[in-house]
Amino acid sequence: MARKSSRDRMKNEVNAGSMADIAFLLLIFFLVTTTIQVDSGVLVRLPPWSEDEPETEKLNKRNVYSVLVNANNELLVRGEPANVDELRENAKNFIMNPNKREDMAETPQKAIISLRNDRGTKYKTYLKVYNELKAAYTELRNTESQREFGKDFADLDREDKKVIIAKVPLILSEAEPTDFGEEN
Amino acid sequence: MSKFQKKRGASTPEVSTASLPDIIFMLLFFFMVVTVLRDASLKVTVNLPEATELTKLEKKSLVNYIYVGKPLLKEQKIYGTKPRIQLGDKFAELSDIPLFIATHKEKIQESQQPLITSSLRVDGDVTMGIVSDVKTQLRKSNQLKVNYSAKKEAK
Repeated sequence: MARKSSRDRMKNEVNAGSMADIAFLLLIFFLVTTTIQVDSGVLVRLPPWSEDEPETEKLNKRNVYSVLVNANNELLVRGEPANVDELRENAKNFIMNPNKREDMAETPQKAIISLRNDRGTKYKTYLKVYNELKAAYTELRNTESQREFGKDFADLDREDKKVIIAKVPLILSEAEPTDFGEEN
Repeated sequence: MSKFQKKRGASTPEVSTASLPDIIFMLLFFFMVVTVLRDASLKVTVNLPEATELTKLEKKSLVNYIYVGKPLLKEQKIYGTKPRIQLGDKFAELSDIPLFIATHKEKIQESQQPLITSSLRVDGDVTMGIVSDVKTQLRKSNQLKVNYSAKKEAK
């Protein structure tokens, strides 16, 4: 047999059959390293830091909803022991004050939630309490925006959101933690 | 009749695999685009607490992560069992946080900087002491947007 001329060899194409394998290899690598899971959590805005003592504002006691979480993960709401599961409803009741009670917030705008914890409080408990308080506000905002715009708060556009926020502002003040409990 | 006879003789045609690489490449590009390479290997155990009022963190480049938890078993010989802070891929002290925040901030465009969020990935069983200290540090370095990372509550 005669040798193939070099011109013939030029016509030979690169075998593309293994291309799929290479692509598969890369694909599997990226599949493994991908984290589809999106990080989610409770979004908070911390107050700015200032060196000097904060001004003590005299607040009407009826407008303050104080929540204390101690090192044994127990709750004290407005001076009385409470359960986390009832916190949401109680807070909503306090903020809106539908029965116009004398010992609850005058208006939702004036209501202030004061949260204080101990250095020995478990993060789990703290977050649960915080979550409940935030949930109370979310639910209130939802009912308010349903009444006003017929939509959930999350579906509103910017301007409408501002209207609702002005009606039900979230004012949550966190005090420096006490240090009675034991830290781990 | 002859028309039908012809068909019987022919072997079943094979499916062309020529387009297979294209399909795979398409998948590949999809995953390449959505992938965020895991940049930190955890040195502390973080068992996230559960919550319902969750917000999703959209832009990952605008998020910095602060892990707090007990050191992993293999690290406990050196670092003990007390909860510790992890920044990036190594253990850190409270005083390292401002620098960590500043270094991350430098990489972000100025217009985007107010959107930077610190994600606190804290183990549920850690006590609030260390968390409060971290929060104080964040406030001091003017990083006020904070996300308490949590899992969706299983009903």
